Amino acid sequence: MRSNVSLPVLEERAKFIRTETVRLTRIAGAGHYSSTFSCAEILSALYYSQMRIEPANPSWADRDRFVMSKGHAAIGLYPVLADLGYFDPSELDTYTRLGSNYGDHPDMKKVRGLDFSSGSLGHGLSVGVGMALAGRITGRDYRTYVMLGDGELSEGQIWEAVNSAGHLKLGHLVILLDRNGLSIDGHTEDVMTIEPVQDRFASFGWDVQRVDGHDLSAILDAFVRLPQGTTGKPQAIVFDTIKGRGVRRMEMSLDWHVGNLVGEDYDDVMTELEAGLQPYNPEHAE
Amino acid sequence: MSTEMQNEAEIFRGTTDGKTTFRDARSVRGTPKKGLPAFVLGEELAEMARSDPRIVVATADLASANRTNDFRDVHPDRFVNFGIAEKNMITAAAGMASCGLIPYVATFASFCAILGAEQIRTDCAYPRMPVRVIGTHSGMSMGFYGSSHHALEDLGMLRVMADLTVICATDANHLRAVLRKSVDHPGAMYIRLGRGRDPVVYDSVPDLKIGRAIRLQEGLDLTLIATGSVVRATLDAAATLEAEDGLSVRVVDMHTISPLDRAEIQAAAEDTGRILTIEEHNITGGLGSAVAEVLVDLPRVPFRRHGVPDRYVEIGPPAALYAQYRLDAPGIAEVAREFCSAFTQRS
Repeated sequence: MRSNVSLPVLEERAKFIRTETVRLTRIAGAGHYSSTFSCAEILSALYYSQMRIEPANPSWADRDRFVMSKGHAAIGLYPVLADLGYFDPSELDTYTRLGSNYGDHPDMKKVRGLDFSSGSLGHGLSVGVGMALAGRITGRDYRTYVMLGDGELSEGQIWEAVNSAGHLKLGHLVILLDRNGLSIDGHTEDVMTIEPVQDRFASFGWDVQRVDGHDLSAILDAFVRLPQGTTGKPQAIVFDTIKGRGVRRMEMSLDWHVGNLVGEDYDDVMTELEAGLQPYNPEHAE
Repeated sequence: MSTEMQNEAEIFRGTTDGKTTFRDARSVRGTPKKGLPAFVLGEELAEMARSDPRIVVATADLASANRTNDFRDVHPDRFVNFGIAEKNMITAAAGMASCGLIPYVATFASFCAILGAEQIRTDCAYPRMPVRVIGTHSGMSMGFYGSSHHALEDLGMLRVMADLTVICATDANHLRAVLRKSVDHPGAMYIRLGRGRDPVVYDSVPDLKIGRAIRLQEGLDLTLIATGSVVRATLDAAATLEAEDGLSVRVVDMHTISPLDRAEIQAAAEDTGRILTIEEHNITGGLGSAVAEVLVDLPRVPFRRHGVPDRYVEIGPPAALYAQYRLDAPGIAEVAREFCSAFTQRS
């Protein structure tokens, strides 16, 4: 794809990711709102503008790969895949119901267009290392994008993978870090230190960018700066984001990692999302 | 340095005197390694990879010990050494497999099957990726290196995972057959090896079917069902029982632990009655437990499991440990005699 989609279109798709997340969560009775809202703009820019994909041919060998290592944000990815034509959007009405293809954490054997299963945090970057190695071995120039949550950086396997990618010079491997600041039990720096995350990646031989993960223009610019070629330093983009972004009651709140909106709350949140992103007010944060 | 010490040192690249290299140690000892399972691993994979570009090999800083360096020397572009990072290796193999490759990843069984169990389940078995995890130096074959380096629980841990084929290689020729059959076998596999000096059972590469046991000899009074490293000793024990006790002993190589060959177990129950399982594994959860799960659904026959008791074993050289736990030929014969005495032959 790698098409020139306008910013308003990408904004609209980010809104779509959020509203679909709210809709699907109501079907399930529980869902990961805030972890998905924090990466809505990143997903929008990646899938609607950046990635080289052919939804009509999901097994195309030269396609770019995407691994949703923070698998609990799959609820925001399914609507994108459906919207792009990988499967009929009406299938999402079965979300999490008995026998559905679409669960809280994604299964590549069930979801058309999904490049790998995820859910157990800390694994996704190793999957990406393997995909990037396979590209090198088979002489293909696709990129492999891996979206990491910031909390999962505490998993040791992440750093095994970071180290190996630097050593193996997997220049076509890209970390998209959703640095939303919160994990389940609190602020990441209180639960387990992550910063200085740029220095940490750089010390393993990675190139690192850091941009506002809700600024679509900045996200696209960061993508443009990714180098061509399949060898060289692997690429990390640290996206500073706000957990729960787009719904005031959820922004930087510890109460909405998993939740369920009902009744008027559901309607109010949908109305709020339809109005588009409002300026973030940190006074509401915990 | 005694021969035994030299042998033990060979497990790693270095040796106990800190000077002799791995290859030097081989030449000093002068014993040809060809034909022993771990030592045909890299050679066989390299040969297979000549005609199959999908085959890739990885290890975790044990290329010398498991001889995947024989693959590296032939196909350096399809070999990855991940360093001492087994979880990353197994999951990355799954990522490679998702792109159409067939990765064989090898390290000590304790560090792939036990340390990497979750990666095997979640990244290989669950998405049905054709990753072949090869656990070398399984059981207590690492001897005095201690329980950290033993894998006496791997079969129990892995055979309960759905969509994971679990196979024990019996000897060099059997390993060749397993590897050749593995290429296009659907889904993930765990292939369990000894330490590379397992004695010969098969004079040539057997006609192997994954999931189908191999009946090594017929018998009417007793069936010995063994797997992997103890099959040779079981055959020798059977010969002793036939010569000294006049027993007619059936011997089955149950190389595939999952999926298990239920028909062969049922046939043993019907044909010979008494069944004794033998394995280099904790008595809980391994081959014996798997066979018991089949037998419990059948008309009752005398049955006993023989393996390592549910504890961490003493320090000692492998041969001493096998004798201690009666997993050498005399020990197996002794256990079989006790079993037969307790359950006298039906008329």
